[in-house]
Amino acid sequence: MNRNIKDTIVESITGICVLVIIFIIVSILAITIIGGWPNLNWAFLSEFPKEGMTKGGIFPAIVGTAIMTIIMAIAAVPFGVITAIYLAEYANEKSVLAKTIRFAVKTLAVVPSIIFGLFGLGFFIGFIGKNMDSLFSGGELRWGQPNILWASLTMALLTLPVVIVSVEEAIRTIPRDMREASLALGATKWQTIRKVVIPGSISGILTGTILAVSRGAGEVAPILFTGAVYFSSHLPHSLSDQFMSLGYHIYIMSTQSSNVDATQPIQFATTLVLLLLTFSLNAVAVTLRYRIRKKAK
Amino acid sequence: MDDYKVKVKDLSLRYGTNLALKNISMDIPEKKVTAFIGPSGCGKSTFLRTLNRMNDLIDNVTIEGEVYIDNINIYDKNIDVVNLRKKVGMIFQKSNPFAKSVYDNIAFGPRINGISQKSVLDEIVERSLKQAAIWDEVKDRLFHSALSLSGGQQQRICIARSLAVNPEIILMDEPASALDPISTAKIEELIHELKKEYTIIIVTHNMQQAARTSDLTALFYLGDLIEMNRTEIIFSNPAKKQTEDYISGRFG
Amino acid sequence: MYKVPGRIKNKNKETLQQMASFNKKKFRFSDWLAEKVIKAVAFLSIAVVILIFIFVFREAFPIFKMDSKSAAPTETLVQESYGGAETENSKVKTVDNKIASSNKKQTSSDKPSTSLFSNTWMPVSDNPRYGLWPLFLGTLKVTLIALLFAAPISILAAIYTAMFAKPRIREIIKPVIELLAGFPSVVIGFFALMVMATVLQNIFGYASRLNAFVGGIAMGLAAIPIIYTLTEDALTAIPKTFIEASLGLGASRRQTAFYVILPAAVPGIFAAVVLGLGRIFGETMIALMATGNAAMISMNPFDSVRTLSATIGAEMAEVVFGDTHYNVLFLIGSLLFIFTFALNAVAEFYFKNVVIRKYQSKK
Repeated sequence: MNRNIKDTIVESITGICVLVIIFIIVSILAITIIGGWPNLNWAFLSEFPKEGMTKGGIFPAIVGTAIMTIIMAIAAVPFGVITAIYLAEYANEKSVLAKTIRFAVKTLAVVPSIIFGLFGLGFFIGFIGKNMDSLFSGGELRWGQPNILWASLTMALLTLPVVIVSVEEAIRTIPRDMREASLALGATKWQTIRKVVIPGSISGILTGTILAVSRGAGEVAPILFTGAVYFSSHLPHSLSDQFMSLGYHIYIMSTQSSNVDATQPIQFATTLVLLLLTFSLNAVAVTLRYRIRKKAK
Repeated sequence: MDDYKVKVKDLSLRYGTNLALKNISMDIPEKKVTAFIGPSGCGKSTFLRTLNRMNDLIDNVTIEGEVYIDNINIYDKNIDVVNLRKKVGMIFQKSNPFAKSVYDNIAFGPRINGISQKSVLDEIVERSLKQAAIWDEVKDRLFHSALSLSGGQQQRICIARSLAVNPEIILMDEPASALDPISTAKIEELIHELKKEYTIIIVTHNMQQAARTSDLTALFYLGDLIEMNRTEIIFSNPAKKQTEDYISGRFG
Repeated sequence: MYKVPGRIKNKNKETLQQMASFNKKKFRFSDWLAEKVIKAVAFLSIAVVILIFIFVFREAFPIFKMDSKSAAPTETLVQESYGGAETENSKVKTVDNKIASSNKKQTSSDKPSTSLFSNTWMPVSDNPRYGLWPLFLGTLKVTLIALLFAAPISILAAIYTAMFAKPRIREIIKPVIELLAGFPSVVIGFFALMVMATVLQNIFGYASRLNAFVGGIAMGLAAIPIIYTLTEDALTAIPKTFIEASLGLGASRRQTAFYVILPAAVPGIFAAVVLGLGRIFGETMIALMATGNAAMISMNPFDSVRTLSATIGAEMAEVVFGDTHYNVLFLIGSLLFIFTFALNAVAEFYFKNVVIRKYQSKK
């Protein structure tokens, strides 16, 4: 009897914790939707900010975020897929090199995002960009300052572990006998990877890419001083332009805006857009990953 | 040069420190079916996989001794394992077609060899499927996924896929163990036909299958080769007591 | 009966067989190249970590140099930032002046590295002070609050999911909580700023709306999915036989959870908390938006604070390249990096090894 009561109490307490977490998630979603929905319309999505950013839309922020994540994906996905192939197919798990690479990937996954921002500033802008300027444009300031390319590359480093982990997991679900079938037909290791392993892990590569894009679209700290601006009257024309981003827009509008209350509807609507974007991307990725795992069983 | 296609001399294999094959020596004739039997865990599959160096893929395996195929030691350090495997095909216990169409499965081998001309590929695909006695069943479904076929058909697709690379030796690792009796009969019939052109080595735990399909039979037990002889002798008048015990079902 | 066609004849046969001569090792360029390229690219991950080390530390380093020689190093720094820029001469001069003047101030007050240990963070003033104590204290306060909130709730929720939830419920709970990991921190920060700050202020009635408490709870939200997922993994990694043995002896699920599973999973849970801690410690956006950003020394959890990472985020955009302030921000970054690197190393090597040893000895 006594034991049963204890059992019930423990089960309830732990269950309540689950409910509290879910409640918070649902409230964030609900409040953002309630606050942002009335202002979410086509004009908001397709117009530039107006009247000192107190009116108008977030079009340049959407475009900026899109371009940034695309460049980021172009850089991070091949890099990540190849590293995953190395870890899953070539690396001898006991070798020091493989262990070090694994540790490096884990380190990249836990380094605070602001550090990536500092690195982008010190390395891409202060080192690569500055040197590019003195080499190509005789010192005229072009690459040695924040821009969308450096921001995207900084973000690519941050999202690299996301890609690596997803792709490696997918590669490892490809049954051993598929590889053996290919090798027994006289395929070389590389042919086997190209024709059996990579096609078999396409969904994993897709999952990794979506997760990386979703992560990159939402992160703000790495781009605070590597390329994001709070207002730009035009869309980025070249890689050396600065850009507006959804996350940065939310941050600026809610903390630095001259009239925070007046812009509240814009803030909520922007948050809703960003949340919908990352949320739906994540939902797709989680479903895909779930399917891969199920297939593996 | 003598008639033996495969000659094995004092082959030992270790998983780590565990001795899985002990000093195996045997000669396998050309264009005959040789069956390896024995209780599970006796090393017959492991031994089969040493003949196309499939064990190379497993960590921690060390191999001593020599295996000659066409009088070339395949464990020589100058051996090209990739080309070796083109010559020595393999069929696995569980049918493992790629998640591609029937056609692409068969064309996989020729394609990795650089054959890309459609007419040549078509010819190889048709011939291989005919050789594997499955052409009539799949000729209208060449571009359907191979995974949509039945288990028995999938296994014959795998055989056809292996034939498309034009091997000389085909290793079969319990090719019918996961199949129903009718599919099994088809595979056995196929083996019988294929031996006119190929040297076939088959691992089976089904003694009737060995008796029905093979010309020679070798019995393995705990990593040792107990006895090898013509199949009818093994099954009627074995030299070793152990063989007789196994054949009559007293162990294993 | 089926007529089996012969083997592939004529030319095709020859080409196939020629290729299949295996007595000589064939050099395959594409395989060779693929392996080299793949290895090289994989190695880049290590290179990136090393580069982060180098470049973050490099920009922090001048602070220590400035102590021994006061003016000279700043000049080399200016050269570095605007190196080779002949057309920018005028600009160099202005920057030079700026730094020269700031140097004068420094010599009149403390050296930058002594100032690091002072109690005031006031980088933009006539007498700039770079005291890190208020930032350390602020970070510590927020981290502690966040951890005290996130760790228990995540661990208990993970216990429920792993131990009590029916499989079907479990398959709903897990992905839903993991979705929280997909919320950008700027969204959580915004929610904290707009909603939580007001709600919590109404409940607790403290003075400043944005403070360590609000920031800590919000950062806890960011850490919940990490701690939850890793704890749940650690709990479900316990071999089924343990659980069955315990249940078979008549123990209830609760007793099994607390006396069998939990003790065995402790190292894994610790690792989860450590990684959650790393996340909280380095979190920037939530800190920027929800903690009030006032660098002061106070023990009151309801006072505004300024964390290390928020300081970088707030001030880096406004500093002059190569300025002392700039170097100090990089120094803060180096400290953050070292700390999270160490946390990760501890989680990775220490706890993992403990878990592995535990299981091996029991097998």
